[in-house]
Amino acid sequence: MSDTIPITVDFAGGLEKLFGDQRRHSVSLPARDSNGRPANVAFLADYLCKNLMTDPRTDQLLEDKHIRPGILVLINDADWELEGEEAYEIQPNDNILFVTTLHGG
Amino acid sequence: MAPALCANCKTERALIKRPKNHAKLCKGCFIKLFEDEVHHTITSSQLFYPGEKVAIGASGGKDSTVLASVLKTLNERHGYGLELVLLSIDEGIKGYRDDSLETVKRNAVQYGMPLKVVGYDELYGWTMDQVVEAIGKKGNCTYCGVFRRQALDRGAKMLGIKHVVTGHNADDVAETVLMNLLRGDLARLSRSTSIVTGDSRSEVKRSKPLKYAYEKEIVLYAHYKKLDYFSTECIYSPEAFRGSARGLVKQLERIRPTAILDIVRSGEDMARLVPGETSSSCACKGQTSAVMALAEDDIGGCGSQTGRARGDEMAAMDKQLRENEAHEGLEIDVAKAMAKNQKDGGQKHRELPLRSGDGPSKGFARQVLRNCKRCGYMSSQEICQACMLLEGLNKNRAQIQI
Repeated sequence: MSDTIPITVDFAGGLEKLFGDQRRHSVSLPARDSNGRPANVAFLADYLCKNLMTDPRTDQLLEDKHIRPGILVLINDADWELEGEEAYEIQPNDNILFVTTLHGG
Repeated sequence: MAPALCANCKTERALIKRPKNHAKLCKGCFIKLFEDEVHHTITSSQLFYPGEKVAIGASGGKDSTVLASVLKTLNERHGYGLELVLLSIDEGIKGYRDDSLETVKRNAVQYGMPLKVVGYDELYGWTMDQVVEAIGKKGNCTYCGVFRRQALDRGAKMLGIKHVVTGHNADDVAETVLMNLLRGDLARLSRSTSIVTGDSRSEVKRSKPLKYAYEKEIVLYAHYKKLDYFSTECIYSPEAFRGSARGLVKQLERIRPTAILDIVRSGEDMARLVPGETSSSCACKGQTSAVMALAEDDIGGCGSQTGRARGDEMAAMDKQLRENEAHEGLEIDVAKAMAKNQKDGGQKHRELPLRSGDGPSKGFARQVLRNCKRCGYMSSQEICQACMLLEGLNKNRAQIQI
């Protein structure tokens, strides 16, 4: 199956520097992971590290295969803690924002 | 999953889960509650008086931008009568501070506040780029932190302002509490938790109105209010110890979000247990006032969050490591040590496990405030840290010139 889900992904708070200094990206996300399960936030983060990140430091986004503590995720402008966090299943035209609280000014 | 409704207004869709109490709030209610809580911190700690001129230490980053925005809002809403000014430090790091200073300049226009920028070069004759060129990347945070602390005070003095507010948040304070705990530095732990540092004896007082605000909520507040802030990492080496403490705080938050405020509260409670420190009711006897927390112990040095080295931290740590070696084998409990002190009377109390500072020991660390003989800045030493560092730098420069 080569189904993809069209979404927009935003990076802020300094994370955009890992993605070619570009805040907003249109992404065609595979609808299912390699095990055939529907794409969720965890899969998206892994996909972004492998396919979109221009910086080699994937540990800035993922720590032990999970989104690094201190990085906030907003799903359609809502706190991901209200949406099931990494288990949230991505829907077409979702906007996912990754914003780090770890960088300073 | 049906979207949850806001626990406050019960009409709008909840967008935020608050770390401090798990409350689910909509955007509008979150913004209002966040501001109300900062207002509560300000009034319950009596941070300001009507007509006070206050400088906001502004880096262009999220914390100080949110602080400026919230203070402007509250000043107007509650009639604080404050005269607010943005005060920025230019460390002289090309490609790092330039962009963030542009953000601060925009903030000045957005918030209608005057902006003062003071540079390390005009204050000390050295930019950080030059310092790094002279001493290398290792240890440069020490210089930057020491210089910064004074720079804010000196900038405030130039403006005739006696109160500087900084954007330190609950996560920062929790981090500092942990760091001091891990170092066994109870004296500094107690100072680091106070919301106000400096008193009538010092020329410039510091306070942290966002002390109880979660970093998560600061970032969300900036996001929902579409505030214009800048994020970057310092291009020079961040401080590893603070970075680790920071990582630990964030990991704890993921597992138990209330942990951050709990650490802050524990820090405050422990502070009360440290004799001769902020908790002491007796301000008259010690050379150090009871409510005084030395400004130089304030947290926040390097502009980067992960690398936010308090300049003196590394120096203090080095010193402490040496002291610890000297104290090897003297790991005794406080009660025993106290009893021994009483017996020994006037003897030196070097074996006390509580340590810090070089002030006259009364069993517990005390720092005597005086003015630096060279620059007049408030210091616990004859020559302040900045002047000591400058002396070394200038010697170095003279050698290079020869």
